[in-house]
Amino acid sequence: MGKHETPMLDELEKGAWPSFVTEIKKARNTSSMPEMAEDELGQVEKSFQTKRGYWKHGGIVGVLGYGGGVIGRYSSLPEEFPGIAHFHTYRINQPSGFFYTSEALRMICDIWDKYGSGITNVHGSTGDLVLLGTTTENLEALFAEYSSRGWDLGGSGSAMRTPSCCVGMARCEWANIDAMGICNHMTQHFQDELHRPAFPYKFKIKVSGCACDCVAAIARADLSIIGTWKGNIRIDQAEVKNYADGGMDIQSEIVDMCDTQCISYDGGEFKINDEQCSRCMHCISKMTKALRPGEEKGATILVGSKAPIVVGSLISWVLVPFIKCDDEDYALLTELTENIIEWWDDNAKPRERLGELIEVKGMRPLLEAIGVPPQPQQVKEPRKDPFFFWSESDFAK
Amino acid sequence: MALPERQTDVGPPHFEQFLPPVIKKNYGKWKHHEIITPGTMVHVAESGDEIYTIRAASPRILSTETIRDMCDIAEKYCDGHLRFTTRNNVEFLISDKAQMDPCLAELKEKKYMVGGMGPRISNVIHTQGWVHCHSACTDASGIVKAMMDELHEYFTTKSLPNKVRLAVACCVNMCGAVHVSDIAVVAVHRKVPVIDNAMVGKTCEIPTTVGSCPTSAIRPNPKDRTVVINEDKCMYCGNCFTVCPPIDIHNPEEDGVAIVVGGKIGSLRTSPKFSKLAIPFMYNEPPRWPKVVDAIKNIIDVYAANAKKHERVGEWIERVGWEDFFKLTGLEFTYQHIDDFTFMRDTLRTSAAFKY
Repeated sequence: MGKHETPMLDELEKGAWPSFVTEIKKARNTSSMPEMAEDELGQVEKSFQTKRGYWKHGGIVGVLGYGGGVIGRYSSLPEEFPGIAHFHTYRINQPSGFFYTSEALRMICDIWDKYGSGITNVHGSTGDLVLLGTTTENLEALFAEYSSRGWDLGGSGSAMRTPSCCVGMARCEWANIDAMGICNHMTQHFQDELHRPAFPYKFKIKVSGCACDCVAAIARADLSIIGTWKGNIRIDQAEVKNYADGGMDIQSEIVDMCDTQCISYDGGEFKINDEQCSRCMHCISKMTKALRPGEEKGATILVGSKAPIVVGSLISWVLVPFIKCDDEDYALLTELTENIIEWWDDNAKPRERLGELIEVKGMRPLLEAIGVPPQPQQVKEPRKDPFFFWSESDFAK
Repeated sequence: MALPERQTDVGPPHFEQFLPPVIKKNYGKWKHHEIITPGTMVHVAESGDEIYTIRAASPRILSTETIRDMCDIAEKYCDGHLRFTTRNNVEFLISDKAQMDPCLAELKEKKYMVGGMGPRISNVIHTQGWVHCHSACTDASGIVKAMMDELHEYFTTKSLPNKVRLAVACCVNMCGAVHVSDIAVVAVHRKVPVIDNAMVGKTCEIPTTVGSCPTSAIRPNPKDRTVVINEDKCMYCGNCFTVCPPIDIHNPEEDGVAIVVGGKIGSLRTSPKFSKLAIPFMYNEPPRWPKVVDAIKNIIDVYAANAKKHERVGEWIERVGWEDFFKLTGLEFTYQHIDDFTFMRDTLRTSAAFKY
C-alpha cells in the first residue's frame, strides 16, 4: 500500500490486459525519486474520482541551446501532490524503426531512474521514446548523460517533429524504399529545425515502405512518404497454386476484391493487367509468397494530413506521384522536402499547418514553388464549377 | 560526480548498430513472410535466412523495471535484440528457431500477452489522458485497459474479417491517428467554456485567442482586455483553452466521449478513409467505462457477423450503407450525426436511392 489510497486505479490492475497502473506502481521500486510515481498515482486517482485532469499548461522549460524536446508539466495541486509539482516530459529521439539492443535500453533506464520518475512511454504518438516526469533542475543532467552517449532530444513546439517510419527493409519484403534509411537521414539533415523552433507550427515527416502504411504517414504527417513501384508485379505461379491448394478462394478473396479489377484467374494462370493496377497492395499482402512488388522502386509524396484542430482533420493529398529514392543521401527527396518546407514557412500564419495553408492558397502556388507539373494523379476528379484563376504565365503559352 | 560532456545536434543513434546480424545481412532482401500463430511470424530472405518474431502487448506506459525485464528476455533468446512496433507492441527478434518455444514459455509464465498479428485487434493507439495531459477530458489508458480486458481474445486467438484498429484520444487534439481508425473513442466537451476575464487580460494574447477558434465564435472585448464567446457558434473544441488557459473548457459532469468508426489508413482495396461519427456522446464512467466498452463490443460483434473476409469496418459499412449500419448496430441516429461543420456538402445524401 502506497502513500495514497487508489481504489479506482487498483481496479485497473485486475483483468488480462497489461496494466498501466501496475507500471506506474512499479516505477516506485527503481526510481531514485519514488515520490513522483507515488504522487502521480494519487493525482490520477483523484482524476478518476472527480472526472477531470489536474495538470497545468506546459511552461517554458528546456535545455541550453535548444527550444524544444522537453514539455513542461506541472501539477495544479502541488501542495497535495508535491512529488509531481514538476513532472516534465523528456523526449528522446528514437532510432529509426524502433530497434534497440538490451544494452542501450538498460542504459536509458538507469539514467532515467537516477534523474526521473522511472515512468516511460515506449513510444509516444509521434515516435519519440518518451520519459514522463522529471524536474527542471534535472534537465541539464539528463541531457548531458544522454547526449554524451549519442541520444539526442526529440522535437516539440513549432518545429520539425521527430520523423518516424515503419520497419521498412529491415524486416519487410514489401518495402519499396529504405524507410529507415530515409527517416534517419531526414532526422539528421533537419537537426537544427528539430531542436530550435522557427516554423509557423509543427511539421511532421513519416515514411512508410508501401501503401499498407504501417506508420500511418498518410493520416498524421505534413509530409507523407509512401513507397511504391512501377512495372509489373512479380508472380510465382507455383506459389499461387499452393495458395489455391491450401484453400484460398482466389476468385472471391483476391480477384473480386481488386480495386481496379485488373486480375484474372481461371484456376490455372494468375494474370495481372499491370497497366490497370493501382498498386494498392491487397493481392500482394494476401499472397505474400506468390506476389511481389515490381522492381522499379520509388515513393509517392503526399502532403497535408493532420488531426482535427483547427478546421477539421485531413488525410494527405498526392503531390508527387513518383520520385526515385535510391540516389546518394536521398538528394532528390531531400531537395523536394526543403522546397515544400520553405514554401510553407514563407506563407503560413502562426499555427497554420501545411494542409491548411494549401486550403487557403490552393495547390497551384505550391506546385509552382517546387516545380512539379499538374497531373491527374493529384486529384480524385477535376473541379466541377467554372470558377478558376488564370495567371499571366497561362496566357504566355 | 561530474557529468559527462554534453553534445548537441547529434540526432538519434544510427539504427544499424541495433539490428540483429541476420537483419543486417538481409537488409532489403526479404522474400516473404508468414504469420505462424496470432503472435509469431517468420520472415524469409532471398538467401534462405530466417528471422522469427514474437509480438507481445504493452500498456505503452512502461516502468523501467518492465523494460529491463524485456531486456532480460531479449538477452536470453534474442542475443539482446528487440524492437517496438508503431502500435507500441514489443517484438522479440529471434534468429535461432530453437529459441522460439522456450521464449514463448517464459513470456507465458511472465503473463505477457502474445498476439496482435493478422486479422485481429492489435494494440490500441492512445494518448496521455489524465496521466499526463492538461487538456484531457477522459483517461485514455483507463479506457484502453477496460476495453482490452474485454477484447483481449481478439488479440491472442480469435480472428475477425480483417484487422480492427482501435484508438483512444483524450481530447480532439487527437495525438495519434484516431481520425482514421476502424473504431475510436474521442473525448469531447459539450459546454461553452467559462472565461476568467481578469486572467485573460493578464496571461493571453487576444488576437491569437480570437484566431484559434475554428467557428469564429470568439471576438475581442478590448475595453475589458478580454474576449467574448458567441454561444450559438461554439462547438466546444477547446482550442481557445489550449492558447489561453483562463478560458476553461472543462466540465467534469458534461464532458465525455464520442465513438467514431470506419476509418482506414492503408490504400488496400479502397482509399484511406476518415472515421465517422457512430455515437455522439457517452458519459465518463471511470474506472471501467462499462457502457463505452459494451458499445465497442457491439460494433465489433455486428462487424464480425456481417462483413466479408478481408473487409475492414469502413469497407463493410460503405458496402451495406450507413443506414444499414445504424439498423444493424441498433445505434440511435441524432442531429449530431448530420455534419454542420466544414464538410457538410460532401456528406448529405444526393440520391433518391437508399435503404430503409
